[in-house]
Amino acid sequence: MSANNRKKLLLMGRSGSGKSSMRSIIFSNYSAFDTRRLGATIDVEHSHLRFLGNMTLNLWDCGGQDVFMENYFSKQKDHIFQMVQVLIHVFDVESQEVIKDIEIFVRSLKQLRKYSPDAKIFVLLHKMDLVQLDKRDELFSIMMNKLGEAATEYGFPDLVGFPTSIWDESLYRAWSQIVCSLIPNMAAYETNLIKFKQLIDAYEIVLFEKTTFLVICSSNGNVVTSGAGQASSSTGGNKGAIVVDPKRFEKISNIMKNFKQSCTKLKSDFTTLVLNESIYVCEVSPNMVCFIVLNDTTQSQQLVLENVSKATKYFQ
Amino acid sequence: MDNQEDDSKAMILLMGLRRCGKSSICKVVFHNMQPLDTLYLESTSNPSVEHFSTLIDLAVMELPGQLNYFEPSYDSERLFKNVGGLVYVIDSQDEYMNAITNLAMIIEYAHKVNPKINIEVLIHKVDGLSEDFKVDAQRDIMQRTGEELLELGLDGVQVSFYLTSIFDHSIYEAFSRIVQKLIPEISYLENMLDNLIQHSKIEKAFLFDINSKIYVSTDSNPVDIQVYEVCAEFVDVTIDLFNLYKAQSAGVTSSGADGKEVAKPQRELKSVSELGNGVMIYLKQMIRGLALVALIRPNGADVDSCLTIADYNVDTFKQGLTELWANAVIKRPEPVQEELE
Repeated sequence: MSANNRKKLLLMGRSGSGKSSMRSIIFSNYSAFDTRRLGATIDVEHSHLRFLGNMTLNLWDCGGQDVFMENYFSKQKDHIFQMVQVLIHVFDVESQEVIKDIEIFVRSLKQLRKYSPDAKIFVLLHKMDLVQLDKRDELFSIMMNKLGEAATEYGFPDLVGFPTSIWDESLYRAWSQIVCSLIPNMAAYETNLIKFKQLIDAYEIVLFEKTTFLVICSSNGNVVTSGAGQASSSTGGNKGAIVVDPKRFEKISNIMKNFKQSCTKLKSDFTTLVLNESIYVCEVSPNMVCFIVLNDTTQSQQLVLENVSKATKYFQ
Repeated sequence: MDNQEDDSKAMILLMGLRRCGKSSICKVVFHNMQPLDTLYLESTSNPSVEHFSTLIDLAVMELPGQLNYFEPSYDSERLFKNVGGLVYVIDSQDEYMNAITNLAMIIEYAHKVNPKINIEVLIHKVDGLSEDFKVDAQRDIMQRTGEELLELGLDGVQVSFYLTSIFDHSIYEAFSRIVQKLIPEISYLENMLDNLIQHSKIEKAFLFDINSKIYVSTDSNPVDIQVYEVCAEFVDVTIDLFNLYKAQSAGVTSSGADGKEVAKPQRELKSVSELGNGVMIYLKQMIRGLALVALIRPNGADVDSCLTIADYNVDTFKQGLTELWANAVIKRPEPVQEELE
């Protein structure tokens, strides 16, 4: 396997901001409730995750206690900050020491500029569920302005941020976009998907990664390039007057992941799901699952499933 | 008129000392509230009634714990006379001696007024107890209740006990069993389901109430709680996915030909999921907010033919259910009509 397919992701943030919780939910099938059991992360926890078969995500979950932090910026700095593709910095929105949080962020940016200037930076404003509904947008834009300024100063003008919470689907949205930014042949997937959509006369097709159920791409409205970071401004399927839930991809991720989890109780995993002969969820390649919504519900089920299996070779 | 309406419904009384979790149970089971959100529920001060309609119409009346039912001003006789089931909630994480004395008093009274009443005891909040302790608590509570009843000379009274928690499926399971006792047609339903599973390679079939995830009936095979959980979660998955794209299918309908418009909304919900080990989960909507959820195990037989057979048999089952219900409906409003004359 070439080094090209290995991606190093740094997961940083102050102690207790929720780094390990989100990692466990996305990659280890924890439910939000289960994360209560997690203790503090000591030093750095490495996890190697295979994503889409040939890509390996090396996720470095860096424990956020001040002692470890000092270490990262002094003794271990070349070890930690070298060859980083993505830095994911988690902020606790309820934090009492915002100044200190930002200081840590700035220090990591400094190191990154030195060791891996091409890294992409994502910030997650986490635990958004604790903020009142009407104040979330305001708080988010204030924080993003501050962080954006800091990032530009250190040579990372394309800062992307998300408001997240483990209690709703916002976490899936953020992580989908982070991971998508690492997939090289995204454009090919997209064109194939749109062709496939026309062929089988579907209203919408969404591709998911199989183990994590993160969105890879969708046929209507690109999830990847719409990454301005504003969850509210996303208009996924802009097809005529039909209004569909803009957060539906994340909701599907959430629903399907729960279902996958419940299937383990029968000591098995799920392969296909057909709902009302209009919604199909099935494997399209060994590591991708497609979610199809048909316009025409009179197509026979066998035909659709056969079409999907024929499409497999375009999504390798 | 209000009174007569209540009479035609099966009524369940929900009782227990204060803060034992009655309101939380109501909210979680009948209003789909997240279990964690129940922490913020206020204490209930007035009796409240939840109406809930599945195969039968059901009313669940919640009585606040601090109310004294034996005050002369309170018309408890009428209250107990009309109910089919009495559910008493005991907080297993608290001192339960008071609760047991209270329970025995209530049973004595209720049994005097209405000897046919089903008495159900929920040993609640067991999520906080360890596995061994759960069994101990259950044995202890059952024994003490038995002693209390013996003292009152009521040793013949049947009392059922359930270990429950709102954080898992045990509360749904308990309510399923409680509700089933109030359905007069339950034995027919069970027979029909038995028939269905024998002829279509179904391992286990549940008749679910879609809103509350209570099962109204199941076949006579023992219930594996895990299978129940998977089936209940499958109902959720189906409904959630269906709702996401409901607007879309409605949009298609209105733009379609006029003839189609009538046909489409009538289409019942149906979903099938195949698992890696060949097991299939099959869901089909039935009448009155119910859905049949079945676990099909083809055991090497052809999957498609299995599904076709299941489709056909389930349709037949649905017809049977419709007929059964039609006959039941005629019987029920009768008392009301008589009184009108």
